Amino acid sequence: MATTEDKPARTRLIGGPGMLLVWFYGVMVVGAVSRSVYQIATEFDRAPLAYALSAAAGVVYGFITYTLVRGGEKARRAALVCCAAELAGVLIVGTWTLVEPSAFPDATVWSDYGMGYVFIPVLLPLSAMYWLRRARTVTP
Amino acid sequence: MLDALTLVTGVAALLLAAWCGWAAYRDQPTKDWHFIGMAVVSLLALVQLVIGIVALARGEKPDQGTTIFVAYLLGALACVPAAAFMSLAERTRWGSVTVAAGGVVLAVLEVRLFDIWGG
Repeated sequence: MATTEDKPARTRLIGGPGMLLVWFYGVMVVGAVSRSVYQIATEFDRAPLAYALSAAAGVVYGFITYTLVRGGEKARRAALVCCAAELAGVLIVGTWTLVEPSAFPDATVWSDYGMGYVFIPVLLPLSAMYWLRRARTVTP
Repeated sequence: MLDALTLVTGVAALLLAAWCGWAAYRDQPTKDWHFIGMAVVSLLALVQLVIGIVALARGEKPDQGTTIFVAYLLGALACVPAAAFMSLAERTRWGSVTVAAGGVVLAVLEVRLFDIWGG
């Protein structure tokens, strides 16, 4: 957080509700990354597609967390793009798991629109995009 | 022993969440008393980690695997302190909301721990 204070010109993205977003993204990073690392290390052959998708989700969450903490207009835009990608991922993978369950012998983070995670994976990008759009209007 | 502690920690986490949720509702940041509450919940998670490791050392096996069990114990320990630091950085109602969310996450972790250990 010291970096954001050094350069006041950089938009702060973790003020107020942004802090809550960072918390949830942080939780999802730990959840998705640790889960996929464990599954890929121990039983990758069982459901390679599902575990690879979980790992990809973890990377996207990690990047969004980083951009939120870093702050600034560029980071805000990058975060917006990633949130859109995340939302698309949740919707596509969620639909995919419902239409063709046989492709997924085991669940991913995004299975059934993130039902295993209380739908946080689908709610998070929506609230984050709302927050990031509003953060722009606050900036002078 | 572990089951009882899991239950106590889960309930304490939910109480902490409700308490900080109440502070957020009244538009207040987390105060000293809240941090004492967070310390108590974190202490419970620490005791749980120690008892869990002792149980493993004595040769007991969790139903769903030792690695997952230890990972969840560590996650449970880190959960509330992480939220506490974030509420220190965010001295508004949103800091309180973050700790409340941390309490709920910990409660979920406790439910999962109960399943992993095999209740």
